[in-house]
Amino acid sequence: MNPLATVGRIFLAFLRQIGEIALFTARAVSHCFRPPWYVRHILRQMLDIGYFSLPVVGLTALFTGMVLALQSYTGFARFSAESAVATVVVLSVTRELGPVIAGLMVAGRIGASIAAEIGTMRVTEQIDALHTLSTNPMKYLVAPRLIAGAVTLPMLVVVADIIGVFGGYIVGVYKLEFNAAVYLKQTFDFLEFMDVFSGLVKAAVFGFIITLMGCYHGYNSDGGAQGVGRATTNAVVSASILILIFNYAITEIFFATR
Amino acid sequence: MGDIPKIQIRGLKKRFGPKVVLNGLDLDIGDAESVVIIGGSGTGKSVLLKCILGLLDPEEGSIKIDGQEVIGLSTRERELVNRKFGMLFQSAALFDSLSVWENVAFGLMSAQGKSKGEAKPIAVEKLAQVGLPAQVGELRPSELSGGMRKRVGLARAIATQPEIIFFDEPTTGLDPIMSDVINDLIVDCVHRLGASALSITHDMASARKIAHRIAMLYEGRIIWQGPVAEIDRSGNPYVDQFIHGRAEGPIRMQIPV
Repeated sequence: MNPLATVGRIFLAFLRQIGEIALFTARAVSHCFRPPWYVRHILRQMLDIGYFSLPVVGLTALFTGMVLALQSYTGFARFSAESAVATVVVLSVTRELGPVIAGLMVAGRIGASIAAEIGTMRVTEQIDALHTLSTNPMKYLVAPRLIAGAVTLPMLVVVADIIGVFGGYIVGVYKLEFNAAVYLKQTFDFLEFMDVFSGLVKAAVFGFIITLMGCYHGYNSDGGAQGVGRATTNAVVSASILILIFNYAITEIFFATR
Repeated sequence: MGDIPKIQIRGLKKRFGPKVVLNGLDLDIGDAESVVIIGGSGTGKSVLLKCILGLLDPEEGSIKIDGQEVIGLSTRERELVNRKFGMLFQSAALFDSLSVWENVAFGLMSAQGKSKGEAKPIAVEKLAQVGLPAQVGELRPSELSGGMRKRVGLARAIATQPEIIFFDEPTTGLDPIMSDVINDLIVDCVHRLGASALSITHDMASARKIAHRIAMLYEGRIIWQGPVAEIDRSGNPYVDQFIHGRAEGPIRMQIPV
């Protein structure tokens, strides 16, 4: 076996996959802007992505804020900069941790669920049935999920930001014995609009990525139950990796020159 | 319009990689005619249906519906053609997220733009037509038995009053009595609608009951076709072997590699 040929085959398969995802994305996005819009489906997906993800995202954000305050304090105490803890917590949570942690948690919960649901519909011929009932599956299944993902994740991240900052406050005030008023003042004094806004832009992009990967892998699944399982895994893994890549890219766009 | 076939297929070719599944298939289905395609597993019966429905693109050939070429249509044009179709899938393919009546009314609401209030009585009427009481309409597909799922699938297939109905292995997985019930329902529904029907099946009892004409698919072509009454004296060794279910004969079962 020629190792170069193997590498070439893998690379070509990778390029083909990128091309397929790009075409799928273009088709899906075009359906987001063309009627009819399935409003009830969008609202149902928003409820699932947003409201039902609140417990898991809230808990994660709470403990992330708490541990961040604790770790920052430990580090900053070495050069007497403990007063920066509140600022570091709020900037880290709003710019990075809020959207990334929420994105990764939702990727696990919603990306997997979308891939499993659409994948099952594929292998049980329900997607073919949609075609025969003159309903475009991209419009009926994919577009509502993409819209709901891009709209709902920023809302979820606003809540995650608040809970994360509150977690830092709890540790700061009740464990590290900061003065509550001073901690809050330091939290808000250095917080700028762009810190929150960049986090929300990230959240919208992550919401789109998560739902897109769930839909793409589910829609193209084959091979019965095993294929659906594979689609679910691929959806979560690819969404998680893309979230981290796009997180860097968006940070670069917003803050590289600041 | 009388002499234009409802479905006209000429020289249809479809391959998957090196495997040629349809190899220049020709077939006509007339107005209000019920044609059943028989053939072994893996001979391309489902592929043929998917090509007609626009779920697969053939490499060569022509498919005309009411004289209109449907290969190469845009998505929108294909949706309009598909409004003439009803389809009963092998597994019924009911939407798990919807109740039974919403499944039946799906085409009425999405393709014909009817409101829920308008569509529900029609769905209940179609359920009654396939022998299911109105209460079943409120259940989820997961709560139904195999026979009931087929009935609901049939109700969904006829709900939009299609001109052409496709049946993919309508009796697979059912006991003989339920199979006969489904066959009777198919005959009754197709007759009432005055629709053309194309069915694929292995079940010869079903084929004899629902077909006006039977066609046998082998190695990607129709190798014999004729009225149902003539199938026992077809004089074709492939047909004879298939309808009598003999292991010995010209047909060799291909093991997919």
